[in-house]
Amino acid sequence: MRYQFDWSVLWSGQTGQWLLQGISTTLEISVLAWLLAGVLGTLSGALRTAGPRPFSALSAFYVEFFRNVPLLVWMFFWYFGIPLLLPRLAQDWLFAHGAEFWAGMFALGVYHGARFSEVIRSGIQSIPKTQLEAALSTGLTVTQAYRFVIIPIALRLLIPPITNESLNLLKNSSVALTIGVAELTFQTRQIETYTAKAFEALTAGTLIYLVLCLGLSAFMAVLEKRCAIPGLIARVTPAEH
Amino acid sequence: MQNAIDHIVCGAAICKFYTDETLFTVIEFQHVNKWYGSLHVLRDIQLKIERGEVVVVCGPSGSGKSTLIRCINRLEPIQSGEILVDGRQLSDPRLDLRALRTEIGFVFQQFNLYPHMTALHNITLAPMKVKGLARAEAEKFALALLERVGMQDKAGAYPANLSGGQQQRVAIARALAMQPKIMLFDEPTSALDPEMINEVLEVMTNLAKEGMTMAVVTHEMGFARQVAHRVIFMDEGQLIEQESPETFFKAPKSPRTKLFLSKILSH
Repeated sequence: MRYQFDWSVLWSGQTGQWLLQGISTTLEISVLAWLLAGVLGTLSGALRTAGPRPFSALSAFYVEFFRNVPLLVWMFFWYFGIPLLLPRLAQDWLFAHGAEFWAGMFALGVYHGARFSEVIRSGIQSIPKTQLEAALSTGLTVTQAYRFVIIPIALRLLIPPITNESLNLLKNSSVALTIGVAELTFQTRQIETYTAKAFEALTAGTLIYLVLCLGLSAFMAVLEKRCAIPGLIARVTPAEH
Repeated sequence: MQNAIDHIVCGAAICKFYTDETLFTVIEFQHVNKWYGSLHVLRDIQLKIERGEVVVVCGPSGSGKSTLIRCINRLEPIQSGEILVDGRQLSDPRLDLRALRTEIGFVFQQFNLYPHMTALHNITLAPMKVKGLARAEAEKFALALLERVGMQDKAGAYPANLSGGQQQRVAIARALAMQPKIMLFDEPTSALDPEMINEVLEVMTNLAKEGMTMAVVTHEMGFARQVAHRVIFMDEGQLIEQESPETFFKAPKSPRTKLFLSKILSH
């Protein structure tokens, strides 16, 4: 028996809807988790290099704790574990309002925040200390020096590894299907089950992830070019070889 | 703010401002000791710098001269003794370090401009964030400072697109933007090509003429001779000699000073 291709399942009726919803949920969970990861990572990365001892210790604990447990386990933990600590009413409310989305978003953001943190720390530590001293000697506080000088320089230097981590985050959002988040992978599986068109559904899923990630890479490449610090090596030109 | 600009732009006003004050010690080292691990980098330093005075600190490398001036705005902590700036003890736990640092301009050997900001924004950052000036006001003031160091045409340039001498002049303008009472210079011309040294020294000479209190670590003996009120010689963490430039260069007392001078003044 030969397999009958039917690509129309990707855009027609109910299944087409599912695919669109999947893309939109993947983008939503990724963007929110990325923001959370960015804030947590920048804060904890900065605190590890400059914070008062209890804060830098806390940041180190955060990084080691969250990056050393599989993402899948965190997803389960945030979805099945954490809600049990909440009062009954809060639990009911959460499960009536898309608890799986928020649990998945938190797991993804907190896990990648720990990884972002190490990227930020390595960037900050590559900046000469005299740069900080120059800022402090004009009367800026350490926090201000970090906010206006150190972190802006570090982030510009770190765009390639940040891109790397961001792509990982986007792809890892697919793990959220295990707790029932109706994201892209979840929806391709559903289309496959419903129509038995596994090849079409999975091809669509593959290509959509590819396009989303390539789009993000291209965006970051433009950002890298526009934010480049004048005077640093961007690319050795042929004349310089 | 307008007053401040007048002060900065018009050197004569500053000169008057400073000479009207009676002589007053602004920086005082009292038996200061500092160690890096087991290395004793400052040994029982005793030193007073008066308001409006220009002090040049020289000595062989590793003698502690950079450390000496880095202690004044507490970029380096000391282990014993006391440093007073404008009567305030640096060891006082209630010291407002931030306020103190705004009164002390610091110029580094490696310029340390913020590479992601234009010359203008390098200068406006601290006045806006520390003093809370509005952008327009801060920029107006910064442009006046750039003009003062001969860099008004380069306001929009990034540090990487400026020569070393130009970068250092912007760094001096950045330090002046907080209207400091004291300026510290840590080998400001040591990273510069010979032809750029003079443009920086000229800016520093003008500052000195306007009555700024200055402590300058430098190997530029011409500057010491012409501009300094006092020359200090350090070796192995000790303050060996402090004299007027005439005496220092013509009749140094210590044999170590003589040896040092014979090495750097090769003619």
